[in-house]
Amino acid sequence: MSTKRHESLGLSNEQVIEMYKTMLLARKIDERMWLLNRAGKIPFVISCQGQEAAQVGASFALNRSEDYVAPYYRDMGVVLAFGMTAKDLMLSAFAKAEDPNSGGRQMPSHFGQKKNRILSGSSPVTTQVPHAVGVALAARMEKKDFVSFVTLGEGSSNQGDFHEGLNFAGVHKLPVITMVENNKYAISVPIEKQIAAEKVSDRAIGYGMPGFTVDGNDPLAVYEAVKEARDRAVNGEGPTLIEAVSYRLTAHSSDDDDRTYRNKEEVDEAKKKDSIFTFATYLQEAGILNDELETEINDEINRIVNEATDYAENAPYAEAESALKYVYEE
Amino acid sequence: MPVMSYIQAVTAALKEEMQRDEKVFVLGEDVGKKGGVFRATDGLYDEFGEYRVLDTPLAESAIAGVGIGAAMYGMRPVAEMQFADFIMPAVNQIISEAAKLRYRSNNDWNAPITIRAPYGGGVHGALYHSQSVEAVFANQPGLKIVMPSTPYDVKGLLKAAIRDNDPVLFFEHKRAYRLLKGEVPEEDYVLPIGKADVKREGSDVTIITYGLCVHFALQAAEKLAEEGIDAHILDLRTVYPLDQEAIIEAAKKTGKVLLITEDNKEGSIIGEVAAIISENCLFDLDAPIQRLAGPDVPAMPYAPTMEKYFMINPDKVEKAIRDLAEF
Repeated sequence: MSTKRHESLGLSNEQVIEMYKTMLLARKIDERMWLLNRAGKIPFVISCQGQEAAQVGASFALNRSEDYVAPYYRDMGVVLAFGMTAKDLMLSAFAKAEDPNSGGRQMPSHFGQKKNRILSGSSPVTTQVPHAVGVALAARMEKKDFVSFVTLGEGSSNQGDFHEGLNFAGVHKLPVITMVENNKYAISVPIEKQIAAEKVSDRAIGYGMPGFTVDGNDPLAVYEAVKEARDRAVNGEGPTLIEAVSYRLTAHSSDDDDRTYRNKEEVDEAKKKDSIFTFATYLQEAGILNDELETEINDEINRIVNEATDYAENAPYAEAESALKYVYEE
Repeated sequence: MPVMSYIQAVTAALKEEMQRDEKVFVLGEDVGKKGGVFRATDGLYDEFGEYRVLDTPLAESAIAGVGIGAAMYGMRPVAEMQFADFIMPAVNQIISEAAKLRYRSNNDWNAPITIRAPYGGGVHGALYHSQSVEAVFANQPGLKIVMPSTPYDVKGLLKAAIRDNDPVLFFEHKRAYRLLKGEVPEEDYVLPIGKADVKREGSDVTIITYGLCVHFALQAAEKLAEEGIDAHILDLRTVYPLDQEAIIEAAKKTGKVLLITEDNKEGSIIGEVAAIISENCLFDLDAPIQRLAGPDVPAMPYAPTMEKYFMINPDKVEKAIRDLAEF
């Protein structure tokens, strides 16, 4: 076999296995959350399924001990890659006191963890874009080499904060990478009813930055695009807009029924490109992943998810009166 | 002690804080080379350079949002909204993000940002350069809203706002900028956010107000003193959260309370002040609580006749105090 794709990108076999494990862990946590939701144990789930490749591929291209991320609610792959654990995520799903994102205050998937430089997020979409730009501005002012990485959905790219944030970053050539995870749907509204441009990345020209559209089901393609964007950012060449195209494999959330607005054939077709399987195939064909290793990885992840679930389910809630804490500095 | 104008106190506070802490920086429209449309940041660009006195694109949500992001990192941004009326595109960033950040992250993250904005009328600014917008933000726990009335208070409170580890909205009355002058110490001092201040001791009628209206009240009080009516004036200084203790004490002092705001009456800050007094001072009151405020029309009109009709002035305050004294 000629030089393998991951090798030509400078990724070792260990690193791509680590990428695969992170993608699979995100998927398995997510699947478990749906089971817990349908069993009536947790009130709400909003999924990463179908977007793990983009999230993990991008994260591995960043400096995961220096860079800041401003994820949106589907980014379980990003936060896992940046140091959040399965236990942390399950604590959030069960709204328990130990949840590092919010101590059980926010709905699940409203990520935030200062020690891992994961900016806290809210529910109004796209507000995180100016925040990431502000962190990048601080990097510039402090003459530091880190970058900020912000994600959002394609529907959110219509918000004013997307425009205002990217324009600000473009004007000041700030080290911020914006990745739109185009999963083709904003709840029920398809991409063609969201933007008139052919590609979300076409918008980049208006902000004076390069824009790229990549296959969001291919973690190596996303890795390459983000790696190049990061290099430009730390070289003072400014921001980049990346559109990673994939598909939302689940309903919008546990409260949504997607059968009312899209057909099963379309979803089934998308599942054929599911990165969990296509990347496993790549790794097998590259001779890195065999049945034995795959079983080992699956067993390990099952154990992690089981332990996280049990721990979180049995963990205490915050005291009722603690609802009064931390409005202001105490 | 040097005498300076209200806006010179703003500039002095910014300059001293930027000299003290290199994390402090200013961002907004026209704040850099021009030094601000009101010249609040005059001279700062030359002293501190482009990035610490940053001219931003004309986009208020980005001014707030980029500031919040920088604050999350650990900077001390002072964001300027050119007019309080133009803060509306930034409301989502201020209310959904800055106000809730500490709470929603269970004390993990915080946003030490100060957002300054000139508010208020009487300057021929019409509907969109005259508004008082504090009530929009005054039911958002997590925010603090400071509205000083004197140059001395401006310097001490703006420094406190910049050093505060939570978001502070700092509203400056634009007519006060050059109208009001007062003694301001050259040395460093801070005043406590959340504390009201007695601006005049009196025994007949209590006036509780803030911002430029404090001066209208002081002028009216001097005139009425000649008639033997002795007014007590409490300046709220921080309009959210309110200094309940000081409000209760001031109300009890005379038993007759006049509340004044330049804002539209219904849903204004003084409605909440009235509620606090009602809850706590029923048996100390000798007259119904009175409110003097702008009319409930969308905003201040341009024509001088209508603008004057809308605005509070010393004559209106004097009449209201006299009516209450005679009750």
